[in-house]
Amino acid sequence: METAKKRILTGNKAMAEAIALEMERDSNVFVLGEDVGKYGGIFGSTQGLIDRFGAERVLDTPISETAFIGAAIGAAAEGMRPVAELMFVDFFGVCMDQIYNHMAKIPYMSGGNVKLPMVLMTAVGGGYNDAAQHSQTLYATFAHLPGMKVVAPSTPYDLKGMMISAIRDDNPVVFMFHKSLQGLGWMDQLDASVEHVPEEAYTVPLNKAKVAREGSDVTIVGIQMMMHYAMEAAERLSKEDGIEAEVVDLRSLAPIDRDTIVKSIKKTSRLLVVDEDYLSYGMTAEVAAIAAEHALDELKAPVRRLAIPDVPIPYSDPLENFVIPGPERIYEEVKKMMRS
Amino acid sequence: MTQSNENQSSVSVEKLKWMYEQMVKIRYYEDQMVEVYTEGKKPVFNIGAGTVPGEMHLSTGQEPAAVGIGAHLKKEDTVTSPHRPHHHAIAKGVDLKRMTAEIFGKETGLGKGKGGHMHLFDPEVKFACSGIVAAGIPHAVGAAMAAKMKGKDWVAVAFIGEGAANAGAFHESLNLAALWNLPLIVVVEDNAYGISVPKKSSTSVDSNDKRADAYGIAGAYVKDNDPIAMYLAAEEAVSRARNGQGPTIIEIETYRYLGHFQGDPELYRDKAEVPGLRELDPIVKLKEKLIEKSTDEKELDEMEERAKQEVDEAYQFARDSNFPAPEAALEDVFTS
Repeated sequence: METAKKRILTGNKAMAEAIALEMERDSNVFVLGEDVGKYGGIFGSTQGLIDRFGAERVLDTPISETAFIGAAIGAAAEGMRPVAELMFVDFFGVCMDQIYNHMAKIPYMSGGNVKLPMVLMTAVGGGYNDAAQHSQTLYATFAHLPGMKVVAPSTPYDLKGMMISAIRDDNPVVFMFHKSLQGLGWMDQLDASVEHVPEEAYTVPLNKAKVAREGSDVTIVGIQMMMHYAMEAAERLSKEDGIEAEVVDLRSLAPIDRDTIVKSIKKTSRLLVVDEDYLSYGMTAEVAAIAAEHALDELKAPVRRLAIPDVPIPYSDPLENFVIPGPERIYEEVKKMMRS
Repeated sequence: MTQSNENQSSVSVEKLKWMYEQMVKIRYYEDQMVEVYTEGKKPVFNIGAGTVPGEMHLSTGQEPAAVGIGAHLKKEDTVTSPHRPHHHAIAKGVDLKRMTAEIFGKETGLGKGKGGHMHLFDPEVKFACSGIVAAGIPHAVGAAMAAKMKGKDWVAVAFIGEGAANAGAFHESLNLAALWNLPLIVVVEDNAYGISVPKKSSTSVDSNDKRADAYGIAGAYVKDNDPIAMYLAAEEAVSRARNGQGPTIIEIETYRYLGHFQGDPELYRDKAEVPGLRELDPIVKLKEKLIEKSTDEKELDEMEERAKQEVDEAYQFARDSNFPAPEAALEDVFTS
């Protein structure tokens, strides 16, 4: 059986497969959002679903995010398991009341008597010149607010397994997928956006980080593109400088897996946090605070952070490349840290 | 559209009695709340002090909207309500003891003291409310979707104030409900003011049922805060929804006897306005109608007593209940 060819899937096909498996398994699961039907989702996350399950369970909505996310909440309260797509996370401004004042708070305000088993999936990330209103990740904006699980898988395998977990979870889950990791034909083709994905249904937990690369000299914590860039930098550090970086793929922003982060810091004694979100009050600060609270004595050097330097994402290539951290910057930063 | 007197006489005495008893219960519940709310707030009013702290929006005078449609609803139908929810909750059959305990912030409350008066959730009778204007409409749309997907004849009712009809969620929700032909009824309670701003200063049409035309759906207008006219308009709307014929907007002209919230100085309206409205009281009028229909006055007295007793027991239950343990604040963010 060694010769059997392993099936390779893109990120978006892995997501669509996960949703299809859950729709087959549970008739309460349905999908709604803009262009999720015939188009298959602007980033391909619902491709093929309408052909298999029909327009009654894969609903193209008007451009009415408040209405359809609110409707998903109302349907979830009735025991349905909606998967709603907010096309770009940047569009949260037109519907945040439903997301935060309702989806996130109703279970709590009802003393746990109302459950909202729903998934709000949304595209995040820049690096393709889409400018300030279509390039954000807003990881921390969502992760800051209690009442939602917020996950951001980095690989096709995790996209499938975490989507299945998200649909089966009885809590609202914000499922952020990175546009660059969907394997879209109309974007830069990244190796990280394709990999072997098993055909059957499987789950990946929504509260566990993953050590993507073992190392002994420095810990780099990142998520989605920053995790992949950290892996590139780590390979180069190993090859050119003999520095072994441990890369932690956070995968879940809320809840955050403190144990895996602390364990890695205790092993390496150095921490670099890399984020495709704004620097201040963000994920990098949260991870640095975890290090300060739980592993300060283990650190041989100050914690370093790389993130968007508190400016909106600019359009032009040199500007955008300047603000979004890349493998080169991560490499240089680690070298500086190792000298200190 | 208004109902003729001939139609009015078609409503059964049983239904009229049900509405009367519910209206008495709501009125008495709110009257008690007016008193309880002042406990611990004298001589100096402090909104965060007393037996019932926080904002308090009472529905005194607005009973007809809730009972006129409530008379047609069953347990499986969904009701969403805004920041002024007590009349809707009572007419939907929300557990009165647990509702009152919630308003008192007690552990026996519907939300174990985490929600309060603007956030009452009773999934047993499918009732929910929200403190954000217009936000409950999309939830009713979702409940209506779920009913349709499950192949049930259940309907969803979203109660809103007339001010909410100018919020984006109103337009988005009605377009979606009309597009998908959902069993949704939006009841607009026009109590003439969005806090202090009169309807004519905020709304481009004189009544929001006219906006039904914009969505290609049915609209109905109920004037004079009339519970029987509301009953008849709701009968048509609920029947339309149950039979797969789509959504309806009903606007009812209603009266807010009290301020927007307790403590509202009401400087925006003439002092004579409320006494004038109270002259037209819908409970008094319905009682007269029942007597006219030769209902025994003793029976009406018994109904009133029963309603009051239920309310008194609910308040007593709330008083006797314990506050939650402080650390319970950490529970119920997520379900396991």
